[in-house]
Amino acid sequence: MKVRKRDKTDKIELQMTPMIDIVFQLLVFFIMTFNIVEVEGDFNILMPGAPSTETLTDVAPVKLPLRMTADAQGNLATMTLEGSPITGGFDELHQRILGKVGEGSSSEGDYEVEIQCDFELKYRFVIDAITAVRGRLKKIDGEDEVISLVEKIRFAQPVKKGG
Amino acid sequence: MRLQKQKKEDAEGDMTPMIDIVFQLIAFFMVLVNFTKVDADDRVKLPSSALAKPPEQKLKFPVTLQMTADGMVILGGDLMDVESPDLDNRLIRERRAAGEKVGPGGIDEVPVIIRAHELAPTGKVQKLITLCQSKGFQRFRLRAKEETKGG
Repeated sequence: MKVRKRDKTDKIELQMTPMIDIVFQLLVFFIMTFNIVEVEGDFNILMPGAPSTETLTDVAPVKLPLRMTADAQGNLATMTLEGSPITGGFDELHQRILGKVGEGSSSEGDYEVEIQCDFELKYRFVIDAITAVRGRLKKIDGEDEVISLVEKIRFAQPVKKGG
Repeated sequence: MRLQKQKKEDAEGDMTPMIDIVFQLIAFFMVLVNFTKVDADDRVKLPSSALAKPPEQKLKFPVTLQMTADGMVILGGDLMDVESPDLDNRLIRERRAAGEKVGPGGIDEVPVIIRAHELAPTGKVQKLITLCQSKGFQRFRLRAKEETKGG
């Protein structure tokens, strides 16, 4: 067998250029694909299609009708809870719900907020309202915890303006 | 002033620190990049809410419906009107497919994730929900972006 003899050099000269090319390409690839994913969360809503299944629950929850109207642009115009107007925005709505339900989590099942909106109302305000009704964040030992108020939310038929 | 002459045939910089840093950068971006399939769509900008928390356990075979600002529904990459019969058929099909996946008992638990644009008219969102209800879906998840306070 013939063994090929290599030239013996004192120092092996590495070819850096191709490696750097590839490394930079990798770097550029990962920078390009890097995207900050926003954390998303859900509001859980149970809405059975047939109302007949509701008769199974022993106690009907107290209904708190929330009416939201929109102006021509779809922004929130007025808000009424049980017929009385709310002027202080979602903070007042939250306080009102808090006053009704109380912070004790035991009673949360006994209330149900029925949201009725104008057809054109922007969805954002509905989420704001649900946020105000659902509860709030409280700092407990430096960590945010959700204090829940009303878990049950239902939607009433939207009101269409101008026929 | 004395000038030191540094004339070499081949200017050889020391590559090692640069390569160190570049590899670190690559490692950094590799760790941060996540290839998890996000069903986010550029056309949908979610409303934000302080209470929106990511679900604790993974949802079982959810059906994701998205709604753009003008009230069009996106299902599986296709843009449809809320009232189009196309969407109707697609939902029936989704329902059947979900039913096959979860088995007979769990069909009522199949969640519908609604990702509506923050400016979408509420009436359209409700129409979409009503449509899903008529197909037998019961569990809805209104998706919102987590709001970071003071930051």
